[in-house]
Amino acid sequence: MSSTTLTQKSSVCYHCGDKLPAVKLNYDEKDFCCVGCQSVYQILSENNMCNYYAYNSTPGQRVKETGHFEYLDEPSIITQLINYKDKENSIVTFYIPAIHCSSCIWLLEHLYKINPAIFSSRIDFLKKEVTISYKHEKVSLREVVEILNQTGYEPLISLQDVVKEKGNSVNKQLIWKIAIAGFCMGNVMLFSFPEYFGLSALEKEFQYLFAWLNLAFCIPVTFYCAKEYFTSAYASLKQKYINLDTPLALIIAVLFIRTAISTIFDTGPGFGDTLTGLVFLLLMGKWVKQRTYHHISFDRDYRSYFPIAITSIKDNREKPIAISEIAVGDRLLIRNGELVPADAILMKGDGWLDMSFVTGEAEPQQKVLGEIVYAGGRQIGEAIELEVIKPASQSYLTGLWNKEFYKTDFKKKNFNDSIAKYFSIGVFAVAIAATAYWLWQNDSVKAWSAFTAVIIVACPCVLALSTPFTLSAILSIFDKKGFYVKNTDALEQLADLDTIVFDKTGTLTTTHNSGIYFDGSLTDEEKLLVASLIYNSSHPLSRQVLKTINPSKVYTIEKYNEVPGKGIMGEVNGKMIYAGSKRALPFEVDTKEQSGVHIVIDEVYKGCFSVEQQWREGIKPLIHGLSKGYDLRVLSGDTNKDEQMLKAVFKPATPMFFNQSPHQKLEAITSLQAQNKKVMMLGDGLNDAGALKQANFGIAITDNINNFTPGCDAIMSGSSLNLLPNFIKQSKNGLQTIKISFAIATSYNLIGVYFAVQGTLYPLVAAILMPISTITIISFTSLATRYFAKKNGLK
Amino acid sequence: MNILYFLIGCSVLVALIFLGAFFWALKNGQHDDVYTPSVRILFDDEVKTEKNDTNHISD
Repeated sequence: MSSTTLTQKSSVCYHCGDKLPAVKLNYDEKDFCCVGCQSVYQILSENNMCNYYAYNSTPGQRVKETGHFEYLDEPSIITQLINYKDKENSIVTFYIPAIHCSSCIWLLEHLYKINPAIFSSRIDFLKKEVTISYKHEKVSLREVVEILNQTGYEPLISLQDVVKEKGNSVNKQLIWKIAIAGFCMGNVMLFSFPEYFGLSALEKEFQYLFAWLNLAFCIPVTFYCAKEYFTSAYASLKQKYINLDTPLALIIAVLFIRTAISTIFDTGPGFGDTLTGLVFLLLMGKWVKQRTYHHISFDRDYRSYFPIAITSIKDNREKPIAISEIAVGDRLLIRNGELVPADAILMKGDGWLDMSFVTGEAEPQQKVLGEIVYAGGRQIGEAIELEVIKPASQSYLTGLWNKEFYKTDFKKKNFNDSIAKYFSIGVFAVAIAATAYWLWQNDSVKAWSAFTAVIIVACPCVLALSTPFTLSAILSIFDKKGFYVKNTDALEQLADLDTIVFDKTGTLTTTHNSGIYFDGSLTDEEKLLVASLIYNSSHPLSRQVLKTINPSKVYTIEKYNEVPGKGIMGEVNGKMIYAGSKRALPFEVDTKEQSGVHIVIDEVYKGCFSVEQQWREGIKPLIHGLSKGYDLRVLSGDTNKDEQMLKAVFKPATPMFFNQSPHQKLEAITSLQAQNKKVMMLGDGLNDAGALKQANFGIAITDNINNFTPGCDAIMSGSSLNLLPNFIKQSKNGLQTIKISFAIATSYNLIGVYFAVQGTLYPLVAAILMPISTITIISFTSLATRYFAKKNGLK
Repeated sequence: MNILYFLIGCSVLVALIFLGAFFWALKNGQHDDVYTPSVRILFDDEVKTEKNDTNHISD
């Protein structure tokens, strides 16, 4: 341990692993990049928790600015958050995006060392959830959250947490069914074995018992495990539509009836082994299909973007209030960086709202007193007071979710259901032809057995298996490359698209990892002055600027003053220095840079540090490649200031629309779909939410998978955007694989049908044929998927 | 050979017991989180207490 400490000491922060700035903090013989990191270390070392650093080097997270957690003292909000409460103990579950390594697990499960009143904490690593049990008389929920926040594990408490419903109960029932089907299958196989090897005279004695036992095991499989195939088939027949479950239900029924008849009348072995095996495999396929990502939510809406509470002002007193309880006429206090939760009128203060998430506009907008402020904006600057004019659930923004303008005309049809119809008709034709032939031959026993045998043998079981297995294999390949598709049905949509619509800000461009450049000139000495000032601020921009300057030393500062959301000022070496936003400058300056950190030294404007908005890596070849096969479009909520740059990337004829409101974006997608186009939408923010939802395939681009993303079909990490054509290609290959496997299965079935139409299908043949074809198909699909993945450069 | 009837009954019974055990585990949530316990088991409580003791002595 000591040797690793030594090497880290020289280069990176002991806590968070960031590169050390030239001016670093030293505490306990360890180097830290900032006060935040040091304070976490201090808390941990005071509580004897330095093991945290032993399991992983630099496991820490940068501590964000301390949030306001007053609302967690409100009993009404506490009851919404906690899972369980009795006289002494409370249990609460938080989602903590920062959980990423074993040190996190260790720290969060040893919270009792910091405060013994937290007597138990359990982590679910994959879900990034921590379940904390605490004595609510000794420690309040707010204190618990503050401890988490101090250690760098701020829980994400959003409105959606309050209304979240547990979604895995359905899955659990499926596992019950699989267990029962597997249990019955194993036993039926055991009792069928003597039959397979031929019965000796001694074993004949047991034949009767085995047959009845098999029938007994088939009963729970048919009536419990396979129940939903019957209900689904019934429902689809009622709508005069055949889905894949229809032939499956028929086969299960036929198998069961034949087994029952042959057992009761003692006319030979039944099909118990085929029946239980079939149901078991079908359920396995279903399970593979249902397996999704626990840690990613695809159905997030505005509620997970909104906090659960906000400060209201009643009778000149500040009081936290739950978002759901906000009523028209309430006065709200919005501090710097807080979100406006409902449409409201600005009553007091200087409103500068960052609407980028709602409209896609990059620059903050100024609002004057009496103007309407829409929900979703983020206040930058001093605290403002608003009067609510609409409840949160009916605001302009949330209307995107409430309105029922989502057309579902384009039926999300999958290959399976579309082929099931023809398949069923074909099987029936063969079965009826065989029956008719034997009836004509006056052999009604053979007619019956031929009819049932054809239906049994022509089982579309492979269809029900190859699709989920192929598609889920593709899902896990995508998963490794940072492309998370919601489910296998969505994957089929991906293969069948002709139009791609891009959002600009945050989708084609990124501010992540981008550099800071200075527009203007500063001498080395002046740089030091600026660094000394900025050193005192914890604002993310200040940190970035400081990193860019990377000073060798800092001067002491006097008269330091920070105006939240505007800037900082102070006196260094007798010089007055100001750093901050343009609108807070003491005088007008002529510069086109709006955002960024503007620097003034002794009333002389020096220039501005700006964050470079970069195109994502590989955009040009991506667009060039996609433009060959797809109709491309750009829908931006921002102004057309980047139109020239876009024209350089896209073909000149590409339609581009600017200043698009969220509703206009949605309408644009709808009108494209009205022209029978299959549209893929790539977006990032709430302003794209409607369009993402409406599109045939909506991809939310994000730089951090745990950040907020609007509801969509897939989430893609920004760095994988250049692989988009490969993803599309792979999904197309996936459908090809399914079709080929269908052809293989059909050839197996033809062999079976050959025996079946003659009425000589022995149960053993069926029992062998089905697993062989299943094994062939599953190994074929997995090999083919792997081969295509390699070919498409995804492996 | 009648003993086989008894043995078959036993085998089904034993299998049923295992099925029951699986459902018990499922209901108790043993399969809810299949990753974290694998990390948790590696945490070493012993080393840490020793370290605390030495700290006390040096104090």
